[in-house]
Amino acid sequence: MIIADRKPLGELLEMVKDCNRILILGCKGCVTVCNVGGTKEVGVLASILKIARKKEGRPLHVDEKTIERQCDPEYIAQVKDLVGQYDAVISMACGVGPQFLSEAYPDQRFFPAVNTTSFGGAVQHGVWAERCAGCGTCVIHHFDGMCPIARCSKSLLHGPCGGSARGKCEISKEVDCIWDMIVKKKMEKGRLEDLTKMKPNKDWRTARDGGPRRSVREELVQ
Amino acid sequence: MSELKSGSNLEKVLKAGHFALTGECGPPKGANVEHLKEKFSYLKGVVDAVNVTDNQTAVVRMSSWAASAVMIQNGIEPNFQMVCRDRNRLAIQSDILGAYAMGVRNMLCLSGDHQTFGNHPQAKNVYDIDSMQLISLVKKMRDEGKFLNEEEIDVPPKMFIGAASNPFADPFEFRVYRLAMKIAAGADFVQTQCIYNMEKFRNFMKMAVDMGLHEKAFILAGITPMKSVGMAQYMAKSVPGMDVPESLIKRLRGAGKGKVAEEGVQFAIEQIQEFKEMKGIAGIHLMAIEWEHKVPEIAEKAGLLPRPKVA
Repeated sequence: MIIADRKPLGELLEMVKDCNRILILGCKGCVTVCNVGGTKEVGVLASILKIARKKEGRPLHVDEKTIERQCDPEYIAQVKDLVGQYDAVISMACGVGPQFLSEAYPDQRFFPAVNTTSFGGAVQHGVWAERCAGCGTCVIHHFDGMCPIARCSKSLLHGPCGGSARGKCEISKEVDCIWDMIVKKKMEKGRLEDLTKMKPNKDWRTARDGGPRRSVREELVQ
Repeated sequence: MSELKSGSNLEKVLKAGHFALTGECGPPKGANVEHLKEKFSYLKGVVDAVNVTDNQTAVVRMSSWAASAVMIQNGIEPNFQMVCRDRNRLAIQSDILGAYAMGVRNMLCLSGDHQTFGNHPQAKNVYDIDSMQLISLVKKMRDEGKFLNEEEIDVPPKMFIGAASNPFADPFEFRVYRLAMKIAAGADFVQTQCIYNMEKFRNFMKMAVDMGLHEKAFILAGITPMKSVGMAQYMAKSVPGMDVPESLIKRLRGAGKGKVAEEGVQFAIEQIQEFKEMKGIAGIHLMAIEWEHKVPEIAEKAGLLPRPKVA
């Protein structure tokens, strides 16, 4: 899923400083699963913003709503009559949400409440970690189920680099060295020679480097 | 390994069978050419080539190819270092051509320290290709006369290709295989990370020799003399992939006030003596960090002077 973290309160207050009435719009997709932008978090943010503005002596009217997904025009259409009633709308979806909303309702301002960070999953209760960099050409099968593009700080295809120490990455003791894990698994499974073959230079055209990407399923296009 | 690939002094010295000595010089944090000249002046005639670091530890400095060019103008042979952190394949190939045009004939191919370490941690990291692929690219440019896209190069750069190896990074068992890959990819010579844990290094070299790697590339043992107990402790704790045994820290501490640096030099000299005899070691890479003026003394005491002149 897509993982995001909520923006600091100060940044959000700055965004809505000239507003008196806002709507906070949550999303029941990924951001609900990673506990950052679902119904519950919409409620929490609404309370925090109201309290903060009340303290400033400029009360803020905040309404709350959460829709199925903000990455689908079908659901975006459901808030057609609602969004125009506010000075601005804060979207708690990933970076897709405020953009789909802005495209659908060009007269309204949509602010992002979260910083979208990565594609990943929950590694323990309350902790999510990156697993995919969306490079557009999956190579996981070469590395026994682990992705060095997303998980090596240098995206090395021939790791581990000289900074790998005790299973950790040189950038932080909090970051596992994925190459240490790849090598150990290859050794354990007797497949070390997979790693001694030279990998071709990566074609980054399928990643963001090739420009904005688009996926087309011909059979569905009308 | 007889035919010359680049004709660099380092290549000639190694191929003539001499025990090589390379030095290192970090370019200045500015365009201070005089400072640069002063630093490398201590190395003139004392080493066979001088590594010119490329924004080492991700701190911005004068570009390594420009500092290399200044060195050439002053009669010293550089070993131009290039990291993959800051350049995509266009810039990499273009800088190789530029460096070659300036007279650079040795090149060390590195991944580079991650930018989090340096003074611009906000920077985008490039890593379009990695050090293994960089080695292979420099070889392709030299031997096939082609760019990565197969287009012909009008006057291909003929570099003596270097690779780094850190026997002390983890997992240890894989390190020798990674070195073998770098050599297979095209490395002509190898410079190791600073060695302090001699026992571990002996094991590493035994594996390398068993695999015949010393017959396919020249392996230079990396040495950085310790200046102080603080430096040793810092390297032990804060430099990833560095292995400084407690026994060495103890030895330095035992040297007493004002004598630690001398003890550090003494340890380096003992290391050099052992490396001269160690099977598979073709020379020393002496990285006297901000201590370039100490190199002539160490080289002299270790019996590495005068340096051979190979026509």
